[in-house]
Amino acid sequence: MGLGLLALIIISIDFYTDWLAPVRAQVNVIAAPFYKIVNTPKSVFDWGSDKLVSREDLQRENIDMRTELLIHQRKLQQMATLAAENVRLRQLLNSAKMISDRVVVAELISLSPDPLAHKVMINKGRQDGIFVGQPLLDAYGLMGQIIEVGDMYSWALLITDSTHALPVQVNRNGVRAVAEGVGDLYRLKLRHLPNTIDIRKGDLLVSSGLGQRFPVGYPVAEVVSITHDPGKPFAQVEVIPKAKLNRSRYVLIVVDDEQKNTGSNSANSNFNGKVQ
Amino acid sequence: MSLLKSHNRWLVVLTYMVALLLSVFPLVYTARWLRPEFVTIFVIYWVIFSPQQTSLMLIFWVGCLQDLLEASLLGQHALALLTVAYLSLLLGQRFKHYLVWQQSVVVFLLVMAHQLVDNWVHSMQGASAVSLEFLMPAFTSALFWPLIWMFLEKARANFRVT
Repeated sequence: MGLGLLALIIISIDFYTDWLAPVRAQVNVIAAPFYKIVNTPKSVFDWGSDKLVSREDLQRENIDMRTELLIHQRKLQQMATLAAENVRLRQLLNSAKMISDRVVVAELISLSPDPLAHKVMINKGRQDGIFVGQPLLDAYGLMGQIIEVGDMYSWALLITDSTHALPVQVNRNGVRAVAEGVGDLYRLKLRHLPNTIDIRKGDLLVSSGLGQRFPVGYPVAEVVSITHDPGKPFAQVEVIPKAKLNRSRYVLIVVDDEQKNTGSNSANSNFNGKVQ
Repeated sequence: MSLLKSHNRWLVVLTYMVALLLSVFPLVYTARWLRPEFVTIFVIYWVIFSPQQTSLMLIFWVGCLQDLLEASLLGQHALALLTVAYLSLLLGQRFKHYLVWQQSVVVFLLVMAHQLVDNWVHSMQGASAVSLEFLMPAFTSALFWPLIWMFLEKARANFRVT
C-alpha cells in the first residue's frame, strides 16, 4: 500500500514538476547496457554483412556513390548562386538573415518498446553537446525533437507521437497549420483548417518555425487527402510524414548556432554547414 | 549479499533482469502490440509461487528501472506492477491448484489489470486514447504463460528456491 502511494507520488512529481530531471539524467546510465545487450544480435549481423561483402559489390557501390556525388555537386553549384541571390534579395527587403544550421550525425539505437509512445533512442548525448529541444531530421524531412538527454545517448519524441504537434506551413502559399501526431507512424493530422482554405492534394508542408523550436523550412509532410464534410466545422486533412520514420538508421540533429554565422560571408557558409 | 545467496534469491533478481531485457528487445513495428508483458508475467510467477523470495520493494525498483528503460513517466510501471503483485498475492494459494490453461486465463486478467493501470497513467500525460488494442499484450501474455511457467518451475526446482 505504502509503495503504491510512493509510486503515485513519484508519478505526480515527475508529471507536474521537473525536479526529477537531474535524477533521471544521472540514473539513465543504467539503461545503456540493457540496450547494448539486446542489440548484440543485430550488431553482430551488421558487422558480418559489413565485413563479408564481395569485391564486386563494393566496386559497384563505389561507382554508384561517385555518380550520386557528381549529381549532388552539380546541384550544389547552382545552390551557391541561388543562396547568394537569396541573401541579396533579403537584404533588399530588409528581412532577417536565414540562419544556417550545423548538424550532428547520430545513429538510432532503438525504438521505444512501448507501442503507445513514439520515441527513439540515439547514440549521442550530453557529451556531444545534445540538449533537450533540439530538432531531429533525416535525409527526407523533420523527424522529431530531443526530450531526454543522458550522458552517452538521448531520447527523441517523433512527430507522430500522439502528444506531439508542430507548426507548419504550406510551401506553395504559406498557409499556416498545426500538424498533430495521432499515434500512427504513417499519418499526421492538420487541426482546425477551415473548409475554404487553399490546400491541395500533393502540397508540401514545411516547418514554419513559429513555435521557436523547429527551424524554418524543413519538409515535414505531404498532403494525401482532403475531405470536406459539410457536417463538420473543419476540413479533414490527412498528411503523411516526409521523413522515413521507420526506416532511417542515421539521423541529423540540428545545432542552431546563431553567434557563429553573423559574419558577412553567410552566403557561403549557408551551404558549407559543417557535418561532423 | 548473504541474503541473496542464502535462498538463491539471485535467481529471482536474474529472471527479472531477463524479463527487462525481453521487454526492450527490438521488434518490428507491425508486431508492436504482440509483445507479451514479460516483467508482469515474471512478477505474477514469483509472487504466487515463492512470495518469501520476492518483495514489493524489489518489484517497485524493477518497475522504476523499466520506466527508465522505456523513457516513460517514472513510477508508471512500478504502480502497475505493484497492483498486479497485490492482486496475485490475493489469488495466491488458489492459483497454484489451477490447471495450466486456467492459470493462463487468470494471467490474462492480471495482465489486463496491468495494462489498464499503465494506460491510465500514460493517457494522463495527454496522449490520445487508443482503442482496445492495448489489451493485446494480455492475450499474448496468456499464450506465453505455460512456456514461462514450465521454464521457471524447472529453474526453481534446480536452484531450490522455495
